[in-house]
Amino acid sequence: MASEAHGAEEGGLVFHPMDQFIIKPLFGGDTIAWYTPTNASLWMALAVLAIIGLLVLGSSKRAIVPTRMQSIAELAYGFIYKMVEDICGKDGVKYFPYVMTLFMFIVCANFLGLLPLSFTTTSHFAVTTVLALAVFLTVTILGFVLNGTKFLGLFWVSSAPLALRPVLAIIELISYFVRPVSHSIRLAGNVMAGHAVIKVFAGFAAITVISPVSVLAITAMYGLEVLVAFIQAYVFTILTCVYLKDALHPSH
Amino acid sequence: MATETHDAGHTAADAAHAAADSAPGMPQLDFATYPNQIFWLLVTLVVIYLILSRVALPRIGGILAERTGTITNDLAAAEDLKAKAVDAEAAYNQALADARVEAQRIAAEARAEIQAGLDDAIVKADAEIAAKAAESEKAIAEIRANALESIKAVADDTAVEIVTAMGGTADAAAVSDAVANRVKG
Repeated sequence: MASEAHGAEEGGLVFHPMDQFIIKPLFGGDTIAWYTPTNASLWMALAVLAIIGLLVLGSSKRAIVPTRMQSIAELAYGFIYKMVEDICGKDGVKYFPYVMTLFMFIVCANFLGLLPLSFTTTSHFAVTTVLALAVFLTVTILGFVLNGTKFLGLFWVSSAPLALRPVLAIIELISYFVRPVSHSIRLAGNVMAGHAVIKVFAGFAAITVISPVSVLAITAMYGLEVLVAFIQAYVFTILTCVYLKDALHPSH
Repeated sequence: MATETHDAGHTAADAAHAAADSAPGMPQLDFATYPNQIFWLLVTLVVIYLILSRVALPRIGGILAERTGTITNDLAAAEDLKAKAVDAEAAYNQALADARVEAQRIAAEARAEIQAGLDDAIVKADAEIAAKAAESEKAIAEIRANALESIKAVADDTAVEIVTAMGGTADAAAVSDAVANRVKG
């Protein structure tokens, strides 16, 4: 914010759309050690609080006829539970808390990031890469633990003609290792792009003539971002389920 | 004045700070912040996982199961009550049919009783009528006998009177015999 005011003061249009993603130490100082509480840690903690508020406090009454908060908590539970059950099957249900953790964190971080002046933790590749790598490692390790070498059957398409199989195996192998990359960049890229675009429109608002258009555009983008916030969380979660299914039932 | 200087200094410092803060590229690619983010993310994820798997998910799952149980129980109870209602209706119909049969039986009994009473009364009445008729016949016969007697007496008297009127002397006994003969004939 300060930098934009600064830019307007100088009379020219100065855009700093990426400034909102800068990580700063919460309590002053310049160095960011691995343990320093930063704005990123603050908004992660707020996501935790939001999850506690929704799922723990919301369901604290254990009402048979649910309150609004409990309804939302049950809706989220049912939504992810059904997703895991439908995609991974009955034996995938034991990984439901894991999938639910990912979904709740991403969806809460995305929506908290939409608050003005907030920081969006899921717009950082460091965060989404850790999430995607966690899924990738879980799936790979689980696949070998549960199925042994049969897990490699994932890359050996037995329904294809024999001559094609080595080629397909290479393609499958590449696609398997590209998964965490696409998985993480899809989420961070979508969230970051939307926030940056909103900031660019906000920069244009410094020109009086353009500012109404700019405000309208920000409103429209914001609406789109609300959709994106949920859809990206949904996409991340459903892909997690699909990958988990590969670990549980590797045969094609 | 002092505050102004202070303000100016502050703004300048702010501007300098902002300029320093303005990332030249993407802050996302500032690898110096990665260990920090990764550490706090892992802490966050572990905390969320523990809260969800220990508290939130079992509780919500329990609530949902409880609700399903309640609904199932209610449905079963409704089914039960419905069966009871059907039973009650059957019992009612049965009672109705029984009552109808009973009523018919009672009616038939009453009819038979009345018939018997009627027959009795008729027999009695017939007997009475016969007795009365016999009595009446007897009375009539008596009357007829009396009447004959009377006629004879009258005829005797009349004959005596006629004989006297014709100038004869009437022998009462002879006249009486003659009249008796005549009346008999």
